Amino acid sequence: MQTSSSNSTSNGPRPDWPAIAIWTIATLITATFCCILLDILWHGLGQLSWEFLTTAPANAGRDGGINSILVSTGLILLVCLSVAIPLGVGTAIFLAEFARGNPRFSRWVRRSLDILAGVPSIVFGLFGYAFFVQRLGLGFSILSGGLTLACMVLPILIRAAEEGFRAVPDGYRLGAASLGLSRWGTLRQVLLPSAMPGLVVGLVLGIGRAMAETAALIFTSGYVDRMPGSVWDSGRSLSIHIFDLSMNVPGGEQQAYGSALVLILLLIVINSFASWIAQRYRLGQQGR
Amino acid sequence: MTALDFSTHQKTDRPATAALIQAHDLSLRYGNKTAFAAVDLGIRAGEITAIVGPSGCGKSSFLMCLNRLTDLVPEAEVTGQLRWGDWDLLHPKLDTTCLRRRVGMILQKPNPFPLSIWKNLTFPLAEHGIKRKADQQQRIEQALQEVGLWDEVKDRLKDSALQLSGGQQQRLCLARALVLQPEVLLMDEPCSALDPISSRRVEELVQEMRGRYTVAIVTHNLAQAKRLADRTAVFWNEAGTGHVIEAGPTQQIFDQPHHPLTRDYVSGIQG
Repeated sequence: MQTSSSNSTSNGPRPDWPAIAIWTIATLITATFCCILLDILWHGLGQLSWEFLTTAPANAGRDGGINSILVSTGLILLVCLSVAIPLGVGTAIFLAEFARGNPRFSRWVRRSLDILAGVPSIVFGLFGYAFFVQRLGLGFSILSGGLTLACMVLPILIRAAEEGFRAVPDGYRLGAASLGLSRWGTLRQVLLPSAMPGLVVGLVLGIGRAMAETAALIFTSGYVDRMPGSVWDSGRSLSIHIFDLSMNVPGGEQQAYGSALVLILLLIVINSFASWIAQRYRLGQQGR
Repeated sequence: MTALDFSTHQKTDRPATAALIQAHDLSLRYGNKTAFAAVDLGIRAGEITAIVGPSGCGKSSFLMCLNRLTDLVPEAEVTGQLRWGDWDLLHPKLDTTCLRRRVGMILQKPNPFPLSIWKNLTFPLAEHGIKRKADQQQRIEQALQEVGLWDEVKDRLKDSALQLSGGQQQRLCLARALVLQPEVLLMDEPCSALDPISSRRVEELVQEMRGRYTVAIVTHNLAQAKRLADRTAVFWNEAGTGHVIEAGPTQQIFDQPHHPLTRDYVSGIQG
């Protein structure tokens, strides 16, 4: 009796160190992110206006807006995704659904993808320059930039999409097979809609990486801040614009902040749009 | 006729004692593990055949051979003979799509597709070339009536099948198999994931199928086998490999088992 009461008074409730450590780390990370965000909002919000979005950059970007930059960014992303999505989803389907009988080959493909996902973007930039710009003769163009980005995004997209397909319960596949349904029909009607959340995660991660990319684009889509006439023209992406304004253009900081804010807003919009599509797809699929 | 024109096969009048599907010296290996070996077993037309035995003795694997679902398992290798009348069900060029249309399957865990109730049923129909709305309508209503689900869902056919209760989902899966108008139904512990009331409901449905379908049902529930089955086969695990130790009329298996293991198993001493 005595020992137990003395024990409890001397020790008291023990502080839960692991929980405190985790909370501290989480708070620090969130705080860092908030600092950056607040800094950009603080400096950038004043720049943001309809005019900023719709006029051409002038005086090396110090004046004017970012309309040509937005168009170039959009086109680069369009080229990137229109190559990466079909190729990525196709590969994911192959790996998750069709390569089961050949585990050694798919393990090999997966390992290559993981290595590719970890390759620094500057290496992709050099590859894009050597292959798309020079070997294929596409020159410094939005096409070269988009294709280089596609190579970069593919590993992330494929692995996430594959996880999406693996998360689909095997009961669906077994059920479909035992009804004698075609693999294509099963894929289209059952597996693809069920794997949609995974696909969207991959897409969001991929778009995030593509939008934030500078190193891979400097050598491929180039620097030119004019309004592109087609995908064969050179074009400057938002991230390159921010990089250039803050590093090479004295007096360009305010515009850089404005552009950074636009980039962040775009990412938020794209993310919410993607999850909205996933949601809709799933509801639509269930309620028809 | 050969295995290749399986689809043209018409229902033939067979003597009642002959098996519709006959396995002879059938073995299944996954890589270097043998699931079951040397199985001789007949599934008789219009009867309910129960397959019982302890876990891991190859009962479900045997069922998967009957509709060639083993094709999906990369390392699975089936040897021996498996015949449906004149047709060799193990023929590498057998049209499995057609086989599986005629051999429906219900799994332990209800697995309706994440689609609406209606689409769960039209999707298999459309895949098998039945695309006319009126035909679909007629078959779906009939199948849902047959499993006693029509009155429960007729006003919400467009709702997700995943909103149904477990028992309703299992009956929907049964209806999904029935819309294709199969001749044989394979059931792999169809009641074991259900609550007692739903379980009894499904059991009653199986009971009502006697004579109209040929049913092979794997079950852990000996009482259920006794209630349901015309014939019972007892699988047993011997040195890591499944074998049929005894098969025959259910009454004989339960009342006068020949094999000592069967005697112990049905009296609850072993297994």
